[in-house]
Amino acid sequence: MSSRLTDTGARDLLRLLETGEVSCVDVAAAHLDRIGAVDGAVEAFLSVDREQVLADAAEVDRKRQTGESLGRLAGLPVAIKDNICAAGAPATCASRMLEQFVSPYDAHVIGRLRAADAVLLGRTNLDEFAMGSSCESSAFQPTRNPWDAERSPGGSSGGSAAAVCAGMAPLALGSDTGGSIRQPASFCGVVGMKPTYGRVSRYGLVAFASSLDQIGPFARGVEDAALLLEIIAGHDPRDTTSVDQPVPSYLDTLDEPLKGLRIGVVPEHFGEGLDSDVETRVQDAIDVYRSLGAEIREVSLPHSKYCVAVYYIVAPSEASSNLARYDGVHYGFRAAEYDGLIDMYAATRGAGFGDEVKRRIMLGTYALSSGYYDAYYVKALKVRRLIRQDFDAAFQEVDVIAGPVTPAPAFRIGELIDDPLAMYLNDIYTISANLAGVPGISLPCGFTSSELPVGLQLMAAPFEEERLLRAARMYEREADVPIRRPPLGMLPGGSV
Amino acid sequence: MPDVAHTPVIGLEVHVQLLTRTKIFCGCVNRFNPDEPNTQTCPVCLGLPGALPVMNREAFRLSLITAAALECELARFTKWDRKQYYYPDLPKGYQISQYDLPFSEHGALEVTTESGESRRIRIRRVHLEEDAGKNLHDESGRGADSRVDLNRAGTPLLEIVTEPDVRSAAEAKSFLDELHLLLTYLCVSDCNMQEGSLRCDANVNLHLSTGAGDAIATPIVEVKNLNSFRGVEAAVEFEIARQLKEFHETGRKLGDPGVEKETRGWDAQRNVTFAQRGKEEASDYRYFPDPDLAPVTLTDEEIESIRAGLRELPAARRSRYRNDLGLSEYDADVIVRQGERFADYFEETSGICGDAKQAANWVTQDVLREINDRGVEIGDLPVSSQALGALIGRIVDGTITVKSGRELFGLMLDESERNDEHSPDTIDRLIEERGLRIVNDSGALESAIAAAIAASPRAVEDFQAGKQQAIGPLIGKVMRDVKGADAKAVRTLLIEKLKEA
Repeated sequence: MSSRLTDTGARDLLRLLETGEVSCVDVAAAHLDRIGAVDGAVEAFLSVDREQVLADAAEVDRKRQTGESLGRLAGLPVAIKDNICAAGAPATCASRMLEQFVSPYDAHVIGRLRAADAVLLGRTNLDEFAMGSSCESSAFQPTRNPWDAERSPGGSSGGSAAAVCAGMAPLALGSDTGGSIRQPASFCGVVGMKPTYGRVSRYGLVAFASSLDQIGPFARGVEDAALLLEIIAGHDPRDTTSVDQPVPSYLDTLDEPLKGLRIGVVPEHFGEGLDSDVETRVQDAIDVYRSLGAEIREVSLPHSKYCVAVYYIVAPSEASSNLARYDGVHYGFRAAEYDGLIDMYAATRGAGFGDEVKRRIMLGTYALSSGYYDAYYVKALKVRRLIRQDFDAAFQEVDVIAGPVTPAPAFRIGELIDDPLAMYLNDIYTISANLAGVPGISLPCGFTSSELPVGLQLMAAPFEEERLLRAARMYEREADVPIRRPPLGMLPGGSV
Repeated sequence: MPDVAHTPVIGLEVHVQLLTRTKIFCGCVNRFNPDEPNTQTCPVCLGLPGALPVMNREAFRLSLITAAALECELARFTKWDRKQYYYPDLPKGYQISQYDLPFSEHGALEVTTESGESRRIRIRRVHLEEDAGKNLHDESGRGADSRVDLNRAGTPLLEIVTEPDVRSAAEAKSFLDELHLLLTYLCVSDCNMQEGSLRCDANVNLHLSTGAGDAIATPIVEVKNLNSFRGVEAAVEFEIARQLKEFHETGRKLGDPGVEKETRGWDAQRNVTFAQRGKEEASDYRYFPDPDLAPVTLTDEEIESIRAGLRELPAARRSRYRNDLGLSEYDADVIVRQGERFADYFEETSGICGDAKQAANWVTQDVLREINDRGVEIGDLPVSSQALGALIGRIVDGTITVKSGRELFGLMLDESERNDEHSPDTIDRLIEERGLRIVNDSGALESAIAAAIAASPRAVEDFQAGKQQAIGPLIGKVMRDVKGADAKAVRTLLIEKLKEA
């Protein structure tokens, strides 16, 4: 029973819960047991409050028994990336700086989950303050890829991706600033989606780069991802960058194929540096669309070659400012020894942040400094506008753009950590969606010859999540990619 | 060094806390409350991870009103910038402010200097920002940890920057007085300097002319921490003298190598400015647009409606009082300077009695003296404008004398401490009860005079013997018998009778 429940998707679990075949406590306990069994090897979670999870699940059971009205995710466990605030829970951001921090308030998305009677399962690992593509910059642990424990699950939302992949949670939330949902989804072989900038409130998401950050869902299938997005999307007056636009019911139309679908393919995305297995799987996926009657067109994103450069000005600049608040004065870590105020700041931030975070703070501080601001920040914003215009033009021609998520499948832990530039290039296909603010989704499209998952990325015009999800679902149904479970038995400490 | 003519060149930066119900970027109550530190806070103004600001539209509206009253151009597009620096009272490590695109620029405020000269001080810009919290240091000298109170953090703060148009310490004070009055009239701030709702920095230097036709200036000094208008005046005065002395001693001038703007503090106890911050700590604030806040746009209609909705400003009132009501410049200024409620009181009184000059005399003397003596606001004075207007009306129409009016005013003040406000009807009732009506009935007067003469043969004798002052007691007796008698008339009649006798 227990292993069956952790193999079951969110929508199917909901049906089992509604018919009373299983209780919320059963579902919660099954996932907690799964975490107990395999997370020693995967290390996807930073903290799990078992008692609280069971108590929350029991409360949903009680409501169901007494006939109280229940939310749409009633009893469903959802894992939360540890940079999304939930009252009473830690929000470490995988940083020493916030190791002891407990949020006194709920993020908007957490409020939505609670209102939907979801059960908050635990806090998942990430690169420190979401800065990284491998989970290796976590101050606490490097999460491992359930498909190959020697490899990274990707990042920064690697913990959430690995948890969903390994059956420890049917759903999870992550955040995506330059690919932090889509890249780990691709590495782990699950569905991960970055919505349009402004579709989901950022209130309560610990800011990395405010103009790029967006919360999004992880699931094992498109349907479940659509369900979770439907719950968390929508306007929030507490985030003035959240957009007041109605949220369509994605599930209602999900299974309707798109007639006359025009799919754009960007030649630059299939150039040098793309792993041949990845290229083959992605081309196969595009062929699936072709077989479904979609029109495949080449589109040009001429400025996308500047994406990484622009991103590494804009994101660190905003980060250098957003992370200034971690100064040891009001909350969080403070160095034990220091000599005066300035030294307290220096000692606290010197010891509280890891290398990658410090690297980006320095990059951003430099780019915003007087004398350099125009040459770097202002210029980057101009190029960002051009990138956005490229997408606007492209989406005049096509409905979705299809391509690889990453140039290569999951890399080995340690392989890139000492080569920041190579690590940054991992996000070369995902960053443009953040810079342009458009929605993007990564969905599994097969495996490499070495049995590593490959992801297909689809992007659509702003607020076209409905079309994006339908296009993704078309592929998922037609390709009928068999649901494969990662060989966790091979993990040290893993037992299935 | 030869004597040089010097012109002080002074620019002011005024920070004004706005009177909004809630803070500028969150829903916390905006109230001075040092006794319960950190109680008016939330994730947003504490700068907790993940919290986001939302602009308070009321704060922005009050800012627009103020800028419009300062004759500023209002921008159709304005944005928020982060000013980044580390300080314990700044929880986010940056202050949300406005840098290159403030919501308003290019205004002016007309001030009258103490010599009566009218001067137009240009306003360079007005922008809106959030106030920081307050650091509380151990003042016992025992070196305990400093503490931070964030109740103030996020209070809407207007920064008003003048062009360097101010030419003397007294003029600086006049500007601040007039600005204070304007802000009070607009009801945008309580301008309470003790509570820090209005704070001022002054940039001071001297332009010198040695007669050789060369333009030289002393290094610019910014004096910070000025928390009273007198303090601004005294600090500017001190700086002018100090800079002149320093120039004579060292010859250092603006533009010399190594000469940079200096920041000095003001020691209100010793009445001196002191060097505060070295240039090695000069900050690069790394301003950049706040990605959490959308820019604010205004339509021409919205700008027009702000301007159209402006209430009458102090300067306009002064000129209306002079031109329409015929008041002296002095009276008009005294009345307007007391604030809008006082001026309204005057206008109501004047309207009821129909004599603006009389009304002005009463409010600037009797009323002002009373509220000052009692230490109350005009609204707390027991005598309403209706009652005073009715009272002055009775003087103007000759029903009672000015002296009786004063007596009545005193009575109303005393009585009203027990009773509610006087209605105009009670004025007439009091006049009758007290017999204060001017008596023109010659029969009653004549019999009272006859009675007085008969009752005081000694006084009559003395008067007739040439002792003029002997008439006093006789007048007094008549006045006691006939309430409301006009003393002058009584004297004339008495002299006539005594001469006849």
